Amino acid sequence: MTASLLEVDQQRVHFTLPGDGLIWPGKKTLKAVDGISFTLKPGETLGVVGESGCGKSTLARGILGLVPVTSGSIKLNGVELTELSRRDMREQRRTMQVVFQDPLASLNPRMTVGEIIAEPLKVYNPEMSSKDLKQQVVSMMDRVGLLPNLINRYPHEFSGGQCQRIGIARALILKPKLLICDEPVSALDVSIQAQIINLLMELQQEFGLAMVFIAHDLSVVKHISHRVMVMYLGKVVEMATREELYKNPKHPYTRALIDSIPLPDPELERNKKINTLDGDLPSPLAPPSGCAFRTRCPKAHDRCKEAAPDLEVFENNHSVACWDPN
Amino acid sequence: MSILEVNDLSVKFSVRDGEVAAVNKVSFELEKGEILGVVGESGSGKSQLVLSMLGLLASNGETSGSVKFDGQELIGMKPSALNQIRGDRVSMIFQDPMTCLNGYLSIAKQMTEVLTLHKGMDYKTALARSTEMLDAVKIPDAKNRIMRYPHEFSGGMRQRVMIAMSLLCKPDLLIADEPTTALDVTVQAQIIELLNDLKDDFGMSIIMITHDLGVIAGISDNVLVMYASRAVEYAPVHGLFESPNHPYTKALLRSIPRLDNTAHEDLYAIPGNPPNLLHLPEGCAFAERCDHQKEKCLEDRPLLRSVSEGRQKACHLDELP
Repeated sequence: MTASLLEVDQQRVHFTLPGDGLIWPGKKTLKAVDGISFTLKPGETLGVVGESGCGKSTLARGILGLVPVTSGSIKLNGVELTELSRRDMREQRRTMQVVFQDPLASLNPRMTVGEIIAEPLKVYNPEMSSKDLKQQVVSMMDRVGLLPNLINRYPHEFSGGQCQRIGIARALILKPKLLICDEPVSALDVSIQAQIINLLMELQQEFGLAMVFIAHDLSVVKHISHRVMVMYLGKVVEMATREELYKNPKHPYTRALIDSIPLPDPELERNKKINTLDGDLPSPLAPPSGCAFRTRCPKAHDRCKEAAPDLEVFENNHSVACWDPN
Repeated sequence: MSILEVNDLSVKFSVRDGEVAAVNKVSFELEKGEILGVVGESGSGKSQLVLSMLGLLASNGETSGSVKFDGQELIGMKPSALNQIRGDRVSMIFQDPMTCLNGYLSIAKQMTEVLTLHKGMDYKTALARSTEMLDAVKIPDAKNRIMRYPHEFSGGMRQRVMIAMSLLCKPDLLIADEPTTALDVTVQAQIIELLNDLKDDFGMSIIMITHDLGVIAGISDNVLVMYASRAVEYAPVHGLFESPNHPYTKALLRSIPRLDNTAHEDLYAIPGNPPNLLHLPEGCAFAERCDHQKEKCLEDRPLLRSVSEGRQKACHLDELP
């Protein structure tokens, strides 16, 4: 077994907000990420799914050091990231890069494509000659499927899919070991989405990248991930290999997520037993007592109200946090 | 009997660099109680198609062609006359539930306005009707919640409010422009189920715009596929998914990542990007990305033609290999 590249142990990201009181408001704590642990090997993809507001983006931002982590440990290649100074952290960021959700908004509109892709290189290798820079940028553009003659264009001249390619080129130019993709395809059309997913999978092979792939679309995650983690209100409710999770979902929330995806087949879609969840995600400021999912769970009983189930490991490394798993 | 007849509907926008043809001669008919799905990529003109029918285009837009709703011509109708129809007999649900409600007004105010305006009801009756409708779309504790403001509702709830609002006058035609795109899958499933139930209860026709073929498969009777401002295929839903006639439809169906697919191999991706609407090619707009491209496709634009009972396509090929 190869050593892990990334080890996240009991990561917590809590935000403090002003409370409700009028004169003495006090404080409220929003537990965006509440005790999440996982490991990631080189070349592996971990899919993270959940509804909006479940903390999946905050988890990623915590790993990257873009939001302060309240407690827990994050180790990259054995180096503890939560204790590093800003300067040392900056050095570590070379090995971990991120691709954001909104392709256009994550590119500076006043920089050309060439400048955008070259920027990370310039930051980390200030002594590099402009000729070398350009050569590396051009070969990276070529690699992600952008014509090198577009190097002097501005982001607004590109379509969403092409902007996402620029974002990927920028992330990969430093040859990172870890790539965090925060919903990289949810803003794209189906036909373009397939191009980007294929590109990411190819690049993963080529660079031996480990990926954390965040999405709310379980069918996309199924395609790209080796393991999948399902989050609900800041906690992991289920984690398993891709095959295991989709074949044999143990948590009622995972079951419901899988059932709600409309199938592109009129026969199947109209005849499937619908098991829709009622209601919405509860407010993370006032999570339900006991198991956070119990307010929407079809199987909830008294025990769920009293205590939250811990993540328990079953066979095939399949872990579930439920009192009454399938 | 058809409730809506659309003939050669075109929409053009004048912009600095010339004219953008957003919709090009689209025609279709909609029966009473039918759900028509309209699919296409962003920029294919599916939203502009329905906006133009209701006279809701931006000021630089220009509509031509004919849209007959229940025998009445909508194109060129005076805004005052259109206002009699919009919100009453035809209503619309927009994509973004976050921005479509007025944040300054309570839900009660926004909903009762529809009834006092179109039906001349007094506030009390209108409020009772609105509360009933919120109940119908399964908003818990509707009586109290109706007094709240939009920001106190979640995304899924706001979309329910939008749906309730659009159904207040029992419209004959409901136009839903990507009603679930901004929502989570679990909430999307709730909304689709709701629309299906409501259609049966109210007997209305629905035009459902979406880019999600799964949603189309679950809800529509017929499907109109649009590509680069034109209709490229029209077919009943079962036929379309079983044997797509147009290469674009076929490619689109192949490129969806599917849950029931076990392989971990590459997804099929349509190469290239959709064409620029400012400079549409002379021939078939899809030719550049098409696997079955012939010389004829580049020179001569295929027109939408009938291929079999109830099915039309715009492609030179007689059969897809």
